[in-house]
Amino acid sequence: MSAAPGQRSTLPGFGLTMGLTLTWLSVIILIPLAGLFLKTFELSPDQFWGILLSRRTLNALRISFGLAFAAAIVNLVMGMIIVWALVRYRFPGRRIFDAIVDIPFALPTAVAGVALTSLFAQKGWLGAPLAELGIKVAFTPVGIFVAMIFIGIPFVVRTVQPVLMDLDVEIEEAAASLGANRWHTVSKVILPSLTPAMLTGFALAFARAVGEYGSVIFIAGNLPNVSEIAPLLIVIRLSEFRYADATAIAVVMLVASFLIIFAVNRIQRWAQTRIPAH
Amino acid sequence: MAIEVKNIVKMFGAFAALDGVDLKVANGELLALLGPSGSGKTTLLRIIAGLDWPDAGEVSFDGENALARGAGERHVGFVFQHYALFRHMTVFENVAFGLRVQPRAVRKDEAGIRARVKELLDLVQLDWLSNRYPSQLSGGQRQRIALARALAIEPRILLLDEPFGALDAKVRKELRQWLRSLHSEIHVTSIFVTHDQEEALEVANRVVVMDKGRIEQIGTPGEVYDNPATAFVHGFIGESIVLPVEVCNGCVRLGGKALNIAADGAPPGASKLFVRRHDMQVGPAGSGALEGAVRRVRTFGPIQRAEVALSENGGATVIEIDAPRDRELQSGDIVGLQPRRYRIFAAHD
Amino acid sequence: MSALQSSLSSARDDLRTEPRLIRVVIVAIAVIFLTVFVVLPLVVVFAQAFSKGVGAYFSALSDPEALSAIRLTLCVAAISVTLNLVFGIVAAWAIAKFDFRGKTFLISLIDLPFSVSPVISGLVFVLLFGAQGYWGPWLQSHNVQVLFAVPGIALATIFVTFPFVARALIPLMQEQGTLEEEAAISLGASGLQTFFRVTLPNIKWGVLYGVLLCNARAMGEFGAVSVVSGHIRGETNTMPLLVEILYNEYQFVSSFAIASLLAMLALITLVAKTVLERHLDEGQHPRGD
Repeated sequence: MSAAPGQRSTLPGFGLTMGLTLTWLSVIILIPLAGLFLKTFELSPDQFWGILLSRRTLNALRISFGLAFAAAIVNLVMGMIIVWALVRYRFPGRRIFDAIVDIPFALPTAVAGVALTSLFAQKGWLGAPLAELGIKVAFTPVGIFVAMIFIGIPFVVRTVQPVLMDLDVEIEEAAASLGANRWHTVSKVILPSLTPAMLTGFALAFARAVGEYGSVIFIAGNLPNVSEIAPLLIVIRLSEFRYADATAIAVVMLVASFLIIFAVNRIQRWAQTRIPAH
Repeated sequence: MAIEVKNIVKMFGAFAALDGVDLKVANGELLALLGPSGSGKTTLLRIIAGLDWPDAGEVSFDGENALARGAGERHVGFVFQHYALFRHMTVFENVAFGLRVQPRAVRKDEAGIRARVKELLDLVQLDWLSNRYPSQLSGGQRQRIALARALAIEPRILLLDEPFGALDAKVRKELRQWLRSLHSEIHVTSIFVTHDQEEALEVANRVVVMDKGRIEQIGTPGEVYDNPATAFVHGFIGESIVLPVEVCNGCVRLGGKALNIAADGAPPGASKLFVRRHDMQVGPAGSGALEGAVRRVRTFGPIQRAEVALSENGGATVIEIDAPRDRELQSGDIVGLQPRRYRIFAAHD
Repeated sequence: MSALQSSLSSARDDLRTEPRLIRVVIVAIAVIFLTVFVVLPLVVVFAQAFSKGVGAYFSALSDPEALSAIRLTLCVAAISVTLNLVFGIVAAWAIAKFDFRGKTFLISLIDLPFSVSPVISGLVFVLLFGAQGYWGPWLQSHNVQVLFAVPGIALATIFVTFPFVARALIPLMQEQGTLEEEAAISLGASGLQTFFRVTLPNIKWGVLYGVLLCNARAMGEFGAVSVVSGHIRGETNTMPLLVEILYNEYQFVSSFAIASLLAMLALITLVAKTVLERHLDEGQHPRGD
């Protein structure tokens, strides 16, 4: 079954399918990405850092990464609560709520954007009562925060869910029989074994929120330096034909995403060494 | 259809799965490739089938170079260890598959295909399952359907890869006999791979014993059992007692003490003495070349199996012998042991 | 269950559950959170869409701009799904049925569009085809419109939906192994015969699953398409883009009417996905045990 050079394979079609795959891959992905990197290298280091360190860019990056991080933390906490309720408890409507978790993933981002804005606007169903309390959500950084929470909901839940479901019953019983109270068992026995999945879910939610556009731009105020997210800044620079600026910001975001993905893979590999496969 | 395999070499990285294998298979023969895992037997089978390619060597069918063609063109029927039935097709469609994909020029018409499939299902006595799916069949039934499927294309050679490996013992025995009688009915040159020596010896016309990518011995089941050519064959087939001995100038020593047995032309130096458990004659103390104390005795029907600690080597070597029950042995008895039939092989590797 | 068994199992459960109060609180928090953050937004879409009555809803949907956006969305989705379906099958065959070095790298490359922000997905095409892009001047001199036209939108959509079918098929085909295909080859079938008669029926649920997700993303994509489309009314607006435009013009009913169509698509996709997942789980044994 091997396809080493000079050797024939049992199954036919390797050459053809591999060729087509590589061609399609190049056309759709590699060439466009090459264009991106080419553009990046057209900038001198001075220009590059000049763009990045400009006040507006820094603020946009700060807002995107900072709020995404905060939203991911919220999703981590809430995600754990949700996944615990879904997996461990029985309550009416559990199956429906389980399905609901996937909605932020399936819903087109523009729809989510306008829906959240409508909900949290001054006169919205939730915006109005919050306004009474003096909290303004729509068109402020808080709105960005809310939108980022929305789109991150499925990540922690869906990554932790299978691990939690597969957890060995006997481990908990062992802990209980050794005298651990419930809180000890949960915090010292169960949560540690969920940690890799939690971290993965967190990282995925973070990465998604950083790059998110459609769900966020409606509810954000989009005021430069205040409530302008990095993807929006890229779009603005493109419309100004400042391709170089747009590219620089994009590269930073790309590098950050790859670092996050790399970290996720690392976590998963580390987890596999700690926890033997069933 | 006669098969000839010359000097086949197959490497997986630095590991030699096949290290210069020569084999001739006569037309209509039922041949077993027998060996432990890693011996290369399945690799050899797959190379003959065209599912794998050798790094060097020749394979010919009736004198024609088989390596010039792929698996589909060699007209070989292959039965996989785990059946590889098409899970989404009925039994009927599975067996008909080879007939349906033939080129238009050669293909039978629908009625012809139906007739042939029925013929085969009757042959394997599973006509009544024709509308079921593989997942609804037992292991033994699946294997017979896999065989019927392979036979449908009227192959010149039938190759079976551990055909009964995945079945339980009773079914295995039944299918073994069934395969034997099937072969005597249809006379297709057949090669099957197994690690179960009982299977090989019971079913095959000739047995090819393989180890570490090389052929150790080729012969009829009787030859291979009674006249093992190498230490490996002796140890692999049948139960053997193995004693480390030293050969010097025609005498044989165990633990320094000379044994009263002929060296039988074995080369001088460190060697191994191979005796079958039931070839060790038991007599009163002093009556044989070896002596030992009986430790434990278990009886199996007409045989008693005794653990004997040899007095040579200070009782450190314990062997198991099979003796008839005409003289019941007891734990503690001192007995003399005389090898009736034995082989001495040099002790290297 | 006998009385002994059931009391034993509930004793077992007792060791493993939290006190009642804690359970209630946890469930309450989870339910409230999901209701506020997920259920309410969904409800708002429909509430706003129908806020001026059913008549207004349907006239919003039959507006020529809306119809043209729906047409464009369907057209682009059809193109992306078809192309990525063929690619996905081809790539999954190459990856799952053969051994070669660099397989992990190849799979990571295929997964790339997943980890890239939609805006960046659009950006890369602007850099190639935009007025100041690498091929911009060449395109202009040959009067070929890529950006601000359907080809650009299609390209961006193909990019973001690239991995879906491949990702659904690769693990499935790897799990199914190559045994049946080898059997088919040994029985004399050609490559294509083997694929259509043996492989395809075994992967059909995976194909449907991949196509479903690919389609959902293709129809709903906003960021990437927004960058390349130019927002030319009646011509280069997909449904999500139209939602944005109408919203920014305060035409809330129209905006949410179109949004409601997309929301319904999302719900249907979720339901179909659950059904298909069940088929995929039992897919190894099509009938009987």
